[in-house]
Amino acid sequence: MTDTTIPITTRKDWTSDQEPRWCPGCGDYNILAAVQTLMPDLGVRREETVFVSGIGCAARFPYYMDTYGVHTIHGRAPAFATGLAVARPDLDIWVIGGDGDMLSIGGNHLIHALRRNVDLTILMFNNQIYGLTKGQYSPTSEVGKVTKSTPLGSLDHPFNPISVAIGAEATFVARTHDMDRKHMQATLTAAHAHKGAAFVEIFQNCNVFNDGAFEAVTGKANRDSMLIPLVHGEPIRFGAESEKGVMMGNDGRVRIVEVAEVGEANLLVHDETDAGLAFQLSRLSHGPYEPTPIGVFRSVDRPEYAEMVGEQLISANDAKGPGDLQSLLYSGATWTVE
Amino acid sequence: MSTTADPTVVPESLDRVIIRFAGDSGDGMQLTGDRFTSASAMFGNDLVTLPEYPAEIRAPAGTVAGVSAFQVHISDHDITTPGDAPNVLVAMNPAALLSELSKLEPGATVIINVDAFDERALAKAGYPEGHNPLTDGDLKGFNAYEIPMTSLTKQACEPLGVKPRDAERSKNLFALGLISWMYTRPEQVTIDWINEKFGSKPAVRDANLAAFRAGHAFGETAELFDHPYTVQPYEKPAGVYTSISGNTATAWGLVAASQLAKLPLFLGSYPITPASDILHELSKHKNFGVRTMQAEDEIAGIGAALGAAYGGHLAVTTTSGPGVALKSETIGLAISLELPLLIIDVQRGGPSTGLPTKTEQSDLLLAMYGHHGESPLPIVSASTPSGCFYAAIEAARIALKYRTPVFLLTDGYLANGAEPWLIPDVSTLPDISVSFTTEMNHIDDDGTPSLWPYLRDPETLSRPWVLPGTPGLEHRIGGIEKEDGRGNISYVPENHERMVHLRAAKIAGIAKDIPAAEVVGDVDDAEVLIVGWGSTWGAINGAMERVQADGRKVAHVQLTHLNPFPANLGEILHRYPKVVVPEMNMGQLSRLLRAEYLVDAKSVSKVKGLPFTAGELEAAILGALDD
Repeated sequence: MTDTTIPITTRKDWTSDQEPRWCPGCGDYNILAAVQTLMPDLGVRREETVFVSGIGCAARFPYYMDTYGVHTIHGRAPAFATGLAVARPDLDIWVIGGDGDMLSIGGNHLIHALRRNVDLTILMFNNQIYGLTKGQYSPTSEVGKVTKSTPLGSLDHPFNPISVAIGAEATFVARTHDMDRKHMQATLTAAHAHKGAAFVEIFQNCNVFNDGAFEAVTGKANRDSMLIPLVHGEPIRFGAESEKGVMMGNDGRVRIVEVAEVGEANLLVHDETDAGLAFQLSRLSHGPYEPTPIGVFRSVDRPEYAEMVGEQLISANDAKGPGDLQSLLYSGATWTVE
Repeated sequence: MSTTADPTVVPESLDRVIIRFAGDSGDGMQLTGDRFTSASAMFGNDLVTLPEYPAEIRAPAGTVAGVSAFQVHISDHDITTPGDAPNVLVAMNPAALLSELSKLEPGATVIINVDAFDERALAKAGYPEGHNPLTDGDLKGFNAYEIPMTSLTKQACEPLGVKPRDAERSKNLFALGLISWMYTRPEQVTIDWINEKFGSKPAVRDANLAAFRAGHAFGETAELFDHPYTVQPYEKPAGVYTSISGNTATAWGLVAASQLAKLPLFLGSYPITPASDILHELSKHKNFGVRTMQAEDEIAGIGAALGAAYGGHLAVTTTSGPGVALKSETIGLAISLELPLLIIDVQRGGPSTGLPTKTEQSDLLLAMYGHHGESPLPIVSASTPSGCFYAAIEAARIALKYRTPVFLLTDGYLANGAEPWLIPDVSTLPDISVSFTTEMNHIDDDGTPSLWPYLRDPETLSRPWVLPGTPGLEHRIGGIEKEDGRGNISYVPENHERMVHLRAAKIAGIAKDIPAAEVVGDVDDAEVLIVGWGSTWGAINGAMERVQADGRKVAHVQLTHLNPFPANLGEILHRYPKVVVPEMNMGQLSRLLRAEYLVDAKSVSKVKGLPFTAGELEAAILGALDD
């Protein structure tokens, strides 16, 4: 008999012998610590856990987890992970990448992994810059960004990652940030528990090439007034005294209001099963300089891809019986030469 | 099986015949040729086919660009090519006559659907105004029969209440019936097929049956033809045969490889001509545990396959040239990760979209060198449609044993061409299973056991295949250069050089593990050695017979393994005074041979999207001999 109890572990068990090589002060350290300390609480085995990454600073992440890990190539981690998940539905697969990896070179793979609903926990570290190539603008950089490749300012309109994920039919979409371990861990726990593709955008500070990009919303002094926590079934409120909230106007648009002015009963109650609402909430902020929702935007059930692949195999087997190679070779028109 | 109804008419025996069915792409010529082929296969002939069709789903109707043709060569002896010049042409419209007539042998039989030859159709085909090929001398020297196939088909269908427009669609079955009578093909094979194929659409079934029977009866009763012909069965080795195309053989070879390796099969693929049929075929066999994934693009196709390989599956991606270009970066990753992976390239005319439905062998150097860095990988090729079955198993064997991506090169001609195949007893196929590493494989200096993911097998130089899910062997690998043995990231200059050499030595060492090249023909005293690979095999064989019949001495070596080459190839190349390398490219193998062996290999090149004919190669070989 195999032992079915999950061994008790500590952070140390999930930490590899490799020294992280990120710049001192990088937000990636906070995310790594959050994940390493979270893993013992998730009820999973190290040997069944696989971290798959693409290329970029974030993509070094698997080397630091004492699990199975594959550092693939730029943008392709969701494709690699999809094949692995289909082949091995028994594994617990995490996909790690940055905004360039997942929304630029690998944008196609990300949206297709999301729409297929492959059972992957996808963490996109968004620092709004290319770090590993030393500071070019990214697909989430704000318009006008002056970088090495855009001395006169970038012209490209940025992606809104949450909107992209919802538009790609993702069944789980959330946002958290690197300055709040508790919120990160709560969000990642929910993402991990979700069956299907879970997409989490993590605001992550690149202190070398884009320092303070999220300071206006994630800085200690600003958080209360600038981050809007989304909690399923709860009225959407924020502010140091919860004095602000989000309301749906008569025009059908969501807007920020003073609770005292509109009354608590008129606040919007968050419903993570409502895709339209999730999309509207993703549009509430135009960037990390306006009050910005964090937490789970959308979480719905839809059949998971690898499971459906497995079911087709079973039903084919039920219908035709297990494949017999010799019979297959005889399955066309045949004739006998004496 | 019934053949011809009138027992007094004795068919005249021919040793072989080459028939070309040609019509508009909407006329069902591929199906007609395919059914004639099936009936001939069941009858016991040897046969080789050459389907040719436009890339457009419906090219402009009635134009030469829209002509779809199917050539089939049937014989009572062993043949290897679809034949040079057809003996019979079935032309369903003026465009088919215009484009195909010049390909026929002098005196060939031409069977024409005269109903299609009105002024408008003649103009559409591109005949000069006022010129009618039926009356203006184009058919001089040919044995032409003008038959109103469309109206006869409509008449045959009329009692069934089929609308004339629908009935017209069955005219290809009329042609098939007529040719089946002419060559005494068993009728029942086709009748059974129509019943099965159109069983759920009784109106279509009945129209097709009526048209087929009408065509057959027309041959018997119209007194146009003196007598029918027959081509007797070929006395092949005893056993059970089936007719198989290259793509089906490749797909079945992959299923077989999966069974022989005792690993589930995973295919990640994106549809592309002419490779898509492998995806279609494999997707039917989920009861073999085959997982097929139609990916969002070529890159994801190979990416997902590599992920499945990491998870312990026999992983495959199928494509054609443009798709290989897109997969190139992931091939580099597979080489670096040292995981087994099959990349199947069904070659077509290039570059770019090129000639999607035409054949070429122009991806050899792409397979060999089309990846970044120092990145050798094994290349296996197939020479015949049924050979694709064994090539797929061999490619899988090498990939699994040496933990490397392997290219399998086939081409459009092999993919769509069909031939009779003596079905093998699967118990005779090789065991290609490998084992996974489940325990620590190294003792560190301090005495603790550890896993070194890049600790190599001393004989094969392959690294351990460790599956995620194995307790205690958690480790990280990636595309960054790895420390020899331990597998951690390493930027040490000497280590990189060592790893480059190790990866190269691993692939080069496969030469010890593949069959020696075999010379056939005038092994001892040939004046010239022909070196072939891939689908040129058939034409080379045909040409050799002719050259030898002329009293010249010629030898042939056909390569299945293109990287590494068989260990004895250099010695063979230097044994003969002349070396000729026919290829459907600009001389890619000949370049490799010249570079590797400093041999004066002469390239014979053809890049028309069509296979060599035996006649073309005969001329090339004779030319080289007298050079």
